[in-house]
Amino acid sequence: MYPPKFDYYRANSIDEAFALMGQLGDAKLLAGGHSLIPALKLRLAAPSALIDIGRIGELKGISRNGSTATIGALTTHATVAAASDLPAALTEAAGWIGDPQVRNRGTVGGNIAHADPASDLPTVLTALGATMNMRGLNGARSVSADDFFIDLFMTALGEDEILTSVDVPVDGAGTAYAKLFNPASRYAIVGVAAKVSVSGGQCTSARVALGGLTPSAVRAPSVEAALVGKALTADNIAAAAAQVGGDLDDVMGDIHASEEYRRAMAPIYVQRAVSKAAERAG
Amino acid sequence: MSNKYIGESIKRVEDPRFIQGKGKYVANLSIPGMLHAAIKRSPYAHAVIKGIDTSKAEAMEGVVAVYVGQQMKDDGIGSLPCGFNPPDIKTAPHMPLAVDKVRHVGDGVAVVIAESPYIAYDALDLIDVQYEPLSAVIDPKKAAQPGAPQVHDEIPNNVSFHWPLGTREEINAVLASADKVIELDLVNQRLVPNAMEPRACVAQWDAFSDEMTIWTTSQNPHIIRLLLSLATMGLPENKLRVISPDVGGGFGSKIFHYAEEVIVPWASKQLGRPVKWVSTRSEAFVTDAHGRDHVTTAKLALKNDGTFLGLDVTTYANMGAYLSTFAPMIPTALYITLFSGLYKLPVIFGEAYGTMTHTVPVDAYRGAGRPEASYMLERLVDLAARELDMDPIELRRKNFIQPDEFPYQTPVAMIYDSGDYPKLFDSLEALGDYAGLKAKRDAARAEGRLVGIGISGCIEASGPAPSQVAVGLGAGVGLWESGVIRVHPTGKVSVMTGSHTHGQGHETAFAQIVADELGIPMEDVEIIHGDTGRTPFGLGTYGSRSASVGGTALAVSAGKVRDKMLKIAAHQLEVDVEDMVFDRTTGTMHVKGSPEQSKSFVDISVAALMANNLPEGVEPGLEETTFYDPSNFTFPNSAHIALIEIDRDTGQVSLLEYAAVDDVGKVINPMIVEGQLVGGIAQGVGQALWENCVYDEQGQLLSGSFMDYAMPRADGFPMLKVSRNETPSPTNPLGVKGAGEMGTIAATITVANGVMDALAPLGIRHIDIPHTPQRIWQAIQAQSNGH
Repeated sequence: MYPPKFDYYRANSIDEAFALMGQLGDAKLLAGGHSLIPALKLRLAAPSALIDIGRIGELKGISRNGSTATIGALTTHATVAAASDLPAALTEAAGWIGDPQVRNRGTVGGNIAHADPASDLPTVLTALGATMNMRGLNGARSVSADDFFIDLFMTALGEDEILTSVDVPVDGAGTAYAKLFNPASRYAIVGVAAKVSVSGGQCTSARVALGGLTPSAVRAPSVEAALVGKALTADNIAAAAAQVGGDLDDVMGDIHASEEYRRAMAPIYVQRAVSKAAERAG
Repeated sequence: MSNKYIGESIKRVEDPRFIQGKGKYVANLSIPGMLHAAIKRSPYAHAVIKGIDTSKAEAMEGVVAVYVGQQMKDDGIGSLPCGFNPPDIKTAPHMPLAVDKVRHVGDGVAVVIAESPYIAYDALDLIDVQYEPLSAVIDPKKAAQPGAPQVHDEIPNNVSFHWPLGTREEINAVLASADKVIELDLVNQRLVPNAMEPRACVAQWDAFSDEMTIWTTSQNPHIIRLLLSLATMGLPENKLRVISPDVGGGFGSKIFHYAEEVIVPWASKQLGRPVKWVSTRSEAFVTDAHGRDHVTTAKLALKNDGTFLGLDVTTYANMGAYLSTFAPMIPTALYITLFSGLYKLPVIFGEAYGTMTHTVPVDAYRGAGRPEASYMLERLVDLAARELDMDPIELRRKNFIQPDEFPYQTPVAMIYDSGDYPKLFDSLEALGDYAGLKAKRDAARAEGRLVGIGISGCIEASGPAPSQVAVGLGAGVGLWESGVIRVHPTGKVSVMTGSHTHGQGHETAFAQIVADELGIPMEDVEIIHGDTGRTPFGLGTYGSRSASVGGTALAVSAGKVRDKMLKIAAHQLEVDVEDMVFDRTTGTMHVKGSPEQSKSFVDISVAALMANNLPEGVEPGLEETTFYDPSNFTFPNSAHIALIEIDRDTGQVSLLEYAAVDDVGKVINPMIVEGQLVGGIAQGVGQALWENCVYDEQGQLLSGSFMDYAMPRADGFPMLKVSRNETPSPTNPLGVKGAGEMGTIAATITVANGVMDALAPLGIRHIDIPHTPQRIWQAIQAQSNGH
């Protein structure tokens, strides 16, 4: 597998990266390389230059400020999977990505900026109500996960921006991720993330997101509405999960799972994710 | 005879270099001045080549040459040959680079030779090929129907051959009079071999000596040399040297003579420089010969008491776009001849149609015909047990060939060597705790869970033989193996084998045999293989033959060495050779009853060099060669059991428990055999649950990468319980049978039967493999919707 010719630059700081982006025409940012390098080798992408931001220290690591955890864009999946104070949905999803080699190299920022429709993290971050922080030459801005993932491989990140970190609320709600694996790629055929809060025996808030079915991760508002105000009993969760079909447009099909099968699996995995999240909500 | 090494789990001597990254693979080879080849491949399954414009690629800096198929043809390059041609077979040319027409996605149309692989791949994008796409046919049965797109003008209706065994009249009579006939239509799906190391080839033409050296990832370098000489390159065989150094797995896919093994040396000869080609993983998916791909209708006739009466099977076997080197042998001589399984099955009729389609050629893949035979037969047996409401093991036991009936002549040509099938299943029931599994299954079912037990009893035919029969059936080569033992004057030993190791551990197992036969330390034995310049002609490694055929050749040569050494020792001790003993624990030769009157192994090694005191008529030197031609296959057999659970909501399968008892005859290295069985089981489960090579109707490969082609992974398995029953094969002096394919053959059907047993309470009779969650879910839905 031989990629086309490209120039390689290493940026040692975010400012250096911006300077290089300004100089170079159709350059691509290289982080962990686990989406970009295969695309180059398959000759699906042919940028004239790569700007390696993989060693920029300020983009790495997880910090905590009150009830917000900030995950640097270059934090690896392995680091997230091993973190003790992140929501369970996020750590379990990170731990199910690819294999150990992929998790040791692949980065959170690279994953979500790539926005593969079957990827796990967009689904989880959408359910968690995460915020994407990005910087451009004109300054910094933040976009909620709900608005960040636009379409197949398309996000709100501008051509001249760098995703710097992700803010994840850590608020004691119960969270979980349930996934039907593609047996080959280990991406999600159906991935469901749920976040629920319970007070006085009733669900006070619910966020449910699905990935793998549609061109980008989507919320399931019908399910969420059906959960809020109810006790999270098995029957109530099942009844809410049954609503999910109405929240899904443009469901995809492939050799592993037809549209029909994916639609049939959606309520089952919603039920599994919400049930587990409810258990964790205590 | 007491063995020091045979039967011991000696750690593999080749492993330190592999795990330290010191293996020497073809892709590692670099020769000064070496150029790099990249091949332009067809994106269409079937198209007329209207024109190829290579001018832009040729003009690119660093590109040395661009060649197309017509240039090779004009230079006298021949078709890649088919080496197994049953009577009335219809064949068509297979040019290394397509001329006029492409016939599968991945068919080569041009080659770029450049100073670096990067430049070569960049230049591929500059070649402009004009295609006129044509409609394609993918399915082996549909290919034979009227009106199907034609693959070759020379093969009307796409039927290359029809191979029947038995008579239609006889089986029809049995079917008509039987109490019960179990019928099944099944598909044995196409698989991609996916050896860990992709194929590679380096060629160096020496214009001074007119000699060509080719390094290639082959399981049988002598066969490649023979075919390069006879069929494709036309160079004299004695001017060709083919070297297969360390090779990272093959599973059969590296047996065959591939187009790149012609393109690369031909280009090297044109340019007078070494040329290298290394397959990308993407190319491997569309050029390495695929496996399986049968569409079959099968009928088992039996009495109400479960006695088998007859078997009637018709199979359409997909040959792909071209007949690969041994392709027609797989669904014929290695498939139909196994239809008797472990059973007394008095009347068998089997027939195979080999049909051409617009897909990658299909040839031997681990098991090669035998997994397809076992899958078909053992599915029928399981269905029969269900219809008769008999325990599936009891039904099998009722029909077993008994231990006192060997050698056993089946109705499908094979003569089984040895076995004890009742005892095999006794061992399985104990190892797998059959009673316990049934209790677990029944308890789970009572809770409404879908849990099933999969059982199989499989036969294998390993070490294909004899040459006389194989050549009579259409094989272009015999089935013997060579083994040379060269004792150096210092007593160290070089062993040359025509067999090839690409993961099997010959460097260890063959050294164990030779060291024990000669009574010397294993460390003193070096195994040399994979180089036509260093070893005598050999047939290579396939069909689980290396131990039984290649190992026996070495054992026979060792016997010849011992005989000669004894003669020299007797002469020097001034006694009759009949009064001498060769002590195979120490390598010393002494007078019977007088151990102190002795000569050491080194003494006689030196004596053979000095040659000043040899008996009359004995030549100096100590080197013996054997070309061993086995009289028969060996017949490994197996009993496997699995406990399976299915998630009713999603159709996902979990493999809960797995136990296997295999009879692979005497065992040289139990650790290596266990590795073969465990790896084989994993591969077999891969076919049952995950692996699936899928084409669309236009002939596009939809599962063309590891993103879509699911390989088995460790987390899909429980700990496997693996055990052995040894019934030595009387066919060879070592008593060994093949061990390389048994696990793969047995595991697919074991797991498939388990899945179907789990679904039996729902009334689901059969689902084709792979048993993916979607297929199982669809079957459950169809059943609950009353379809």
